[in-house]
Amino acid sequence: MAHLGVIISMLVIFGGLAWLLFRSIKGREVERRVIFVFIFVAVAAPILFPITFEEHASPVVKGLFDHIDTLPPGSRVLISFDYDPAMAPEVQPMANAISFHCLDRGHKVVFMSLWATGQTLLFNTLEDVIRPEFPDLIDGVDFISTGYKAGNEGVLNVIVSDFKKMFPTDVNGVPLDSVPIFDEINSCADFDLIVALGGGRPGPKEWVLFVGDPADVPIGVGVAAVVAPQLYPYYPRQIIGMLGGVKGAAEYESELAHRHERFKNMAQPGLKMMGPQTLAHIVIICFIVIGNVAFFRSRRRKGN
Amino acid sequence: MRRQIPFGLVFIFGIFMVFQFFVPHEKSEWVYEFLLDWIIVIGIFALALGIWSLFKVSVEKIKQGKEGGNYSYITLVGLYMMMAFGFTQQTGDGWGLYFLWIMLCSACIVSLMRLRASTDSGKKRMWALASGGLLVAAVLVAIFDDAWAFFLYTPEGLENSMFEIFFDHIMMPILATMFSLLAFYIASAAYRAFRARNVLASLLLLAALLVMSRFNPFIPGAEYVANASNWLMNVPNLAAQRAIVIGIGLGIVGTALKIILGIERGYMGRG
Repeated sequence: MAHLGVIISMLVIFGGLAWLLFRSIKGREVERRVIFVFIFVAVAAPILFPITFEEHASPVVKGLFDHIDTLPPGSRVLISFDYDPAMAPEVQPMANAISFHCLDRGHKVVFMSLWATGQTLLFNTLEDVIRPEFPDLIDGVDFISTGYKAGNEGVLNVIVSDFKKMFPTDVNGVPLDSVPIFDEINSCADFDLIVALGGGRPGPKEWVLFVGDPADVPIGVGVAAVVAPQLYPYYPRQIIGMLGGVKGAAEYESELAHRHERFKNMAQPGLKMMGPQTLAHIVIICFIVIGNVAFFRSRRRKGN
Repeated sequence: MRRQIPFGLVFIFGIFMVFQFFVPHEKSEWVYEFLLDWIIVIGIFALALGIWSLFKVSVEKIKQGKEGGNYSYITLVGLYMMMAFGFTQQTGDGWGLYFLWIMLCSACIVSLMRLRASTDSGKKRMWALASGGLLVAAVLVAIFDDAWAFFLYTPEGLENSMFEIFFDHIMMPILATMFSLLAFYIASAAYRAFRARNVLASLLLLAALLVMSRFNPFIPGAEYVANASNWLMNVPNLAAQRAIVIGIGLGIVGTALKIILGIERGYMGRG
């Protein structure tokens, strides 16, 4: 049934595009409303009749994956959730996959947020991934959430030299001095890896400028697709690896599923979302071609 | 003096922060962290100022009878409700009069907005009485209802199921929808903008097609396309981004110097 749905959807989409191409050869432009309808169908069809593709991690994604994979168990990792619900569809799959990966490798993970909205999304990761998948891990021993702290770059400037000054307690009000995970953590310099997830300000760039460079801590980032090109100047020296948008999340999930059997049975939203994204990209590419055909035809007519 | 004192403070602290970066002494670090604490404190006061400003702007919209002014009620009641959910949590199994309290407080906010927006003295008196009555009723419910409590110093409120429902099922879909709408506009913009009008536009078109095709397993020669796309991102994009970053950095230094030296005074407003 799903295959039939996919075939019918493809026939509708590409049949329609062929008809639009035929019209464009006659020099006719496409109305905006028609483009919207095609994009809607291209996104909706793979959601209703799932299409998945095999993904392979690119070097920029592998940089972060391999670093987490090769750190010795017990290494200290800080993951910061600096994003809001608008970015969550792209960034939350990365957050879930990276959190799973770190805990599955036996690392000690500290979660925090520089965005007020990030705390609730962090709470979702704890409830949806960590507690169900790792019921034996103990809060305060194997992982901890310090929650949100207001102050943007100011917070980073303080925790780079004294973490407990800015976060004297965890999110539940338990003093950090009394939790075992913080026995050997005084500042950001004591972490073996920092993963900054987000795309706005403060976000991954501020983590590089205010923490990664001054404290000489490796930084990995996961960002919304629109932000990724702005972070390339920091890769690979200041950022060891980067996940950009749904594609980055899908590549990470794919690599995780290849190398960690347990992850194969888990939800992989990044890989699922690649279906709608790929089809939407094909439709956009087709529209660019159609637009150029119409443009050249109309120019030739004017020339005549 | 109203202008000289702020200029003096900006000059002193600006110069201090510049030199502090190069002085790794313990006392210098202490002063730096002390000043950072002040930034956070000022930020929190700015939050209160922001809420007050939002209230004023919303009331002004209602007062002037602007189109869509009624949405201001939803804005402020929504703001209040999320704050209320975040600071309260049930203490037992039931909710008691919690929802009545929420309704009373919401009605009180609407009354206060009407009070501020009214110009007629009779109506002002009526809305003042309504606001006062609703406030007293809300306070009484809060005092005598034991089914829920305020948690001002601990984060129990974040586990309030109402907070989670509003965040997960209202705020998240709304924001995600707004962001998702970009797909439609990007498609429409790509159709109109990516046209080979001249050499530069053709290069832009080619780069866009290559980068988009990178995500696509159906494109023939996907590996070569991916390599070409990666080269585009890692070489020309990187060079341009670095140039922009360095340019912005130098611009920031220049603007900061102008502010410290009192050449740029825009931040003082018209005062």
